[in-house]
Amino acid sequence: MDLDIVALSRLQFALTALYHFLFVPLTIGLAVIIAIMETVYVMTGRTIWRDMTKFWGVLFGINFAMGVATGIVMEFQFGMNWSYYSHYVGDVFGAPLAIEGLMAFFLEATFVGLFFFGWDKLSKVGHLMATWAVAIGSNFSALWILIANGWMQNPVGAAFNPQTMRMEVTDFFAVLTNPVAQAKFVHTVSAGYTVASIFVLGVSAWYVLRGRHLQLAKRSMTVAASFGLAASLSVVVLGDESGYLSTEHQKMKLAAVEAMWKTEPAPAAFTAFGFPDQETRETHYAIHIPAVMGLIGTRSLNTEIPGIDDLVHRAELNIRVGISAYDALQKIRAAGSEAAVPESARKIFEANGHAMGYALLLKRYVDDPRQATPEQIGKAALDTVPAVAPLYWSFRIMVGLGMFFILLTATFFVLSARRRLDAHPWLLKVAVFAIPLPWIAAECGWIVAEVGRQPWVIEGVLPTAVAVSNLGVTTLLITIAGFALIYTVLFLIEMKLMLKAIRKGPEEHPVPPPAAYRAEADPEVAAALRRPPLAAAD
Amino acid sequence: MILHELISYETLRLVWWLLLGVLLIGFAVTDGFDLGANMLLPFAGRNDLERRVIINSVGPVWEGNQVWLILGGGAIFAAWPQLYAVSFSGFYLAMFAILVPLILRPVAFKFRSKQDDPRWRTRWDWTLFVTGLVPALIFGVAMGNVLQGVPFRLAPDMRIFYEGSFFGLLNPFALLCGLVSVAMLVMHGSAWLQLKTQGPVADRARAYGSVAALLTLVLYALAGVVLWSWVDGYRVTSALPTGGPSNPLLKMVEVQPGAWFANYAARPWMWAAPGLGLAGALLAFVGLRLRREVLTLLASALGITGIILSVGASMFPFILPSSIDPRASLTVWDSSSSHLTLFIMLIVTGIFIPLIVAYTSWVYKVLWGKVDADAIAEGRGHAY
Repeated sequence: MDLDIVALSRLQFALTALYHFLFVPLTIGLAVIIAIMETVYVMTGRTIWRDMTKFWGVLFGINFAMGVATGIVMEFQFGMNWSYYSHYVGDVFGAPLAIEGLMAFFLEATFVGLFFFGWDKLSKVGHLMATWAVAIGSNFSALWILIANGWMQNPVGAAFNPQTMRMEVTDFFAVLTNPVAQAKFVHTVSAGYTVASIFVLGVSAWYVLRGRHLQLAKRSMTVAASFGLAASLSVVVLGDESGYLSTEHQKMKLAAVEAMWKTEPAPAAFTAFGFPDQETRETHYAIHIPAVMGLIGTRSLNTEIPGIDDLVHRAELNIRVGISAYDALQKIRAAGSEAAVPESARKIFEANGHAMGYALLLKRYVDDPRQATPEQIGKAALDTVPAVAPLYWSFRIMVGLGMFFILLTATFFVLSARRRLDAHPWLLKVAVFAIPLPWIAAECGWIVAEVGRQPWVIEGVLPTAVAVSNLGVTTLLITIAGFALIYTVLFLIEMKLMLKAIRKGPEEHPVPPPAAYRAEADPEVAAALRRPPLAAAD
Repeated sequence: MILHELISYETLRLVWWLLLGVLLIGFAVTDGFDLGANMLLPFAGRNDLERRVIINSVGPVWEGNQVWLILGGGAIFAAWPQLYAVSFSGFYLAMFAILVPLILRPVAFKFRSKQDDPRWRTRWDWTLFVTGLVPALIFGVAMGNVLQGVPFRLAPDMRIFYEGSFFGLLNPFALLCGLVSVAMLVMHGSAWLQLKTQGPVADRARAYGSVAALLTLVLYALAGVVLWSWVDGYRVTSALPTGGPSNPLLKMVEVQPGAWFANYAARPWMWAAPGLGLAGALLAFVGLRLRREVLTLLASALGITGIILSVGASMFPFILPSSIDPRASLTVWDSSSSHLTLFIMLIVTGIFIPLIVAYTSWVYKVLWGKVDADAIAEGRGHAY
């Protein structure tokens, strides 16, 4: 087991996933915002809402192309870099990915063509349907991807089959209704809506500051502020950590995120600030807020959250149970036929098979886990602690930004309700500078979820280090360099085109004043209307 | 859940082998014409407007077409996990070489006409050309390597060891298969351009397409002769229970000259597949000469279908033979997902493939007709 291959494969996956995740949240959120705008257009018949749909549609299109391009890489990479993973869990993990294609991506990709090319070819309602198909498709896409990802965090509804040496589905319904997947879906989709809302809000604020496209910009801000307020409340309140108590390693993730080394009596305190130290296992200069952590993590006052040290101890016990399962598996396989399997081995495997993944943690140190020394077992147990400091900080940046988004969208929601969106230029500037922040929060969220899952690729089942393909270091370096180069160039081009499209602005058709206002309410206008037309030529 | 016992494991495996073919054919027939149009772009379109006509002829549909490939990847992962694991990791650099164009192509479509600078546009035009050519070539090369067997071993715990190199993939027979693939997709792209464009673009497409159709015919026949004369096939020599566990190491396999034609000898009706391949290419040639637009596209689609089916028919029940450890070869009967997963995926596929075909057909119907060059020139609509 060459650790370099593992590290490089992880680096490549993180690079491509983080990059892909720059485009996905905006696609998910902007698709819905555009569909809402077009719905208003179809219901009211006001052309400005069509102009809005088309304008944000242009930006959506640039972003969507990048999302599609980088998404293919993600799907291919499991097989390319993680072939043992693909073999080991493909029976379970492959299904949601395939269903994503069948149910969601096909819908989204087929109708996105009509969205751009169908304005003159479809009725108003027909085009609206195409737009909603794109929005629904991209949201369903997130659902299936997160069912797959949720299963990596909480592998329910599957069992190991010694004949095929892999995990196989036993209860597909459990995979679908996995509580971790549900929590992740709500959280991630809300995050996408937040990203898109802040984006629309910020770009519109820039137009208002410049005094350009005021009607379009203000209407867009109203949509973004109200949608964004609901989304950012949801993203914080329905946080992903609601699923964290469901499994052993999710508890480890939670403890690591909080740098909580020792188990505390419930409800545990929240470390608002401090410097976690993985070596000495303590947090320096910690400032505690009583009870908050227990509330966040367990939604209750009397459920205990175990600390890292206790969880390491439990992991060590699991490794020992896992070794007995591993031993039983070797006996089952050596037996040759089903009938020749010794009864004792079968019983041990049935009882302890759930922990076999823990024995595989030892593969880093020894080829046959049964030969592991107590020191090696101790080391493997310590490996179950993810890197605490990155999790601790990512989580705090994410939560802090989440609070800020609630404040920002709420402010603009109030301003919009009072029709004073342009009253405070400094607030508009804040909105413009806030544009990149939701991306930072989203990427931090990915780090918390996926770095926090280490050392597992499938929690408790398959360690990351065992899951890689047997590739050469040079080969990996070639592809990492290749992806880095292409992605950097494309990122620069994408930014250039986005900024160009924003600077160019929408094609606007000025809005005529409402009919009631034009004729009756305003005597001046009414008088002007009664005057004879200036020239026939106009 | 015991519902899945209603359909036997054997039947499900066979159905999923057929579905693998359906997905490959779906990809080649739909995305095939836009890859072909990409390859024809710099030659059939001689000025900016003509090129934009070509790009816009595939503009609204290429994205949906490409999902056949993504779905194919997902379906292989779900239904044939070992095939997915061995082929994607074994062909690692080749996969990377496919990924690069697949990353650049969507972006090239989207970005090309966003700037007026002619150099910017020419650069993206050639990008589009390369991103059509490279996947077309590599898919064929991969097929050629699969027919010859791929150098991989499986450890008892199913860990995969691949002992080939990227340049080893580029052997003469595989390159010949790559050329068949390129010729066939250029033929298909021409058929599409004949249908969607008019004037000089359509005329040039007809000229290139006629050559490509004849080349498809000749190269495909040649590949058949080479396969018969020089490429050894594989044969299972032990019992291989069709409902057994998905563990490729439980059987014996030997390499045998001519084994890839054994199925045709045993079931002569299978000759219909290569027959369809040849007849389709020939009919596409005739259609291009006679300017029968719909007929040409159908003929070329049937030709592609026949060519892909003929590979499957030759190899059955093999899916991915191993050249260095033949008994590790993946077959229909020992490399699928579990009974339950195949069943669930069949239900989902049975619901969604008809829906996809229905709405895709509707979209094509909405977009039916020639690309309006005037509208592009005037910048009407959200055209590329």
